[in-house]
Amino acid sequence: MKDKQLIVNAIKNGTVIDHIPAKSLFKVITILNLDQIDSQITFGTNLDSKKLGSKAIIKIADKYFLDNEINKIALVAPQAKLNIIRDYEVIEKRVVEVPDSFIGIVKCVNPKCITNYENVTTKFTVVSKNEVALKCNYCEKITQQDQMVIM
Amino acid sequence: MKNRSLVSITDYSKDECLKILELAGEFENNPNQDILKGKLIATLFFEPSTRTRLSFESAVNRLGGRIVGFADASSSSTTKGETLKDTIKMVTNYVDLIVMRHPIEGAARYASEIASVPIVNAGDGANQHPSQTLLDLYSIQKTQGKLDNLNIFMIGDLKYGRTVHSLLMAMSHFNPTFYFISPEELKMPKEYLIFLEQKKIKYYEYKDFMPIISQADIIYMTRVQKERFSDPIEYEKTKNAYILKNSMLDHTKPNMKILHPLPRVNEISVDIDDNPKAYYFKQALNGLYVRQAIISSILGLK
Repeated sequence: MKDKQLIVNAIKNGTVIDHIPAKSLFKVITILNLDQIDSQITFGTNLDSKKLGSKAIIKIADKYFLDNEINKIALVAPQAKLNIIRDYEVIEKRVVEVPDSFIGIVKCVNPKCITNYENVTTKFTVVSKNEVALKCNYCEKITQQDQMVIM
Repeated sequence: MKNRSLVSITDYSKDECLKILELAGEFENNPNQDILKGKLIATLFFEPSTRTRLSFESAVNRLGGRIVGFADASSSSTTKGETLKDTIKMVTNYVDLIVMRHPIEGAARYASEIASVPIVNAGDGANQHPSQTLLDLYSIQKTQGKLDNLNIFMIGDLKYGRTVHSLLMAMSHFNPTFYFISPEELKMPKEYLIFLEQKKIKYYEYKDFMPIISQADIIYMTRVQKERFSDPIEYEKTKNAYILKNSMLDHTKPNMKILHPLPRVNEISVDIDDNPKAYYFKQALNGLYVRQAIISSILGLK
């Protein structure tokens, strides 16, 4: 418990993303393009979690996310919680929500879809949010959560 | 509908579908007009489909329009490795409207995002073929005098057949009762059954149509293809269960009509062809009027 407090309290300003399934950590990093930003980033993984068994946590200094930016991670970390930190204080806690559409994150499951043939950015409409299901705006086929490949 | 692409049947509302049917009726009465004079239409067929291409090209020619294009990808620069994007970017400069068929699913939607002129999808793989759906609707309305409250039988390959899926979506505006008759391996996919349940439309699933055939207003036949079966023995066992013969029609309703998107192989016995309940060849002719209606409404001429 003491360790966890230290991790959360260690940044002055920024965002802490908690309750990421450990296996999804690097997908979250990719989706949020954290490998492209200059902020100080610390992450921990394979931490004990009652909810997830094994979780990961990321803290990003001096970075705040827009809703539609952070909601992209709902596909790989639906139970993620965000702590918004200002001056060492958690000023807001947020949960991620599945957005209504996805552009460019997921690969279409249909091997005969144009997005798997030409250089076309994928576009999906979310048709189910609990068990996430995405309908491709091009081939109109459904990609289910368990079939999703993150690009 | 003016200047809007027609890629998927769901691009048109109920009223827009009805508007096309009304226009198609006008063209049936007067199929030779000059309203497309001065218009240039591209027919880009990245995979061959003689029936669909001739129907579109006849529709344009009978309205006085002109056509450029190709009948299969081997006579286009696709063989040189040109992307779909580049082909569409080039053609869109020349013409007023593009009719395209492509083996890859979603190709028409993608083309509609690139093109500066409207696209009419004439089939994108197993996905959509909206002019077929509209001509099916037109055929049903014409033979039954209405679209509402009909008993629609769909027989054969209901899993892969794009025509039945699109027709199901389009007919869902008109409170039908569906009877799905197919082998176990080729049943109507669950997503369509869920769609019908959401719209509170009745449907029944059967493996054999003979006990219920007297209920049918429309029998929509599709081809059961051998290559769809994982088990060839299963195919041999089931193939004859989905063949319609003239003797089976004895106790059908007098208004009943048989539709088929064609080409037929053996699923409708040739002895039915002369039965007045066979409508599939007339159905194909209706495609001409419906395509005239689609093109002239998109170009804003009707």
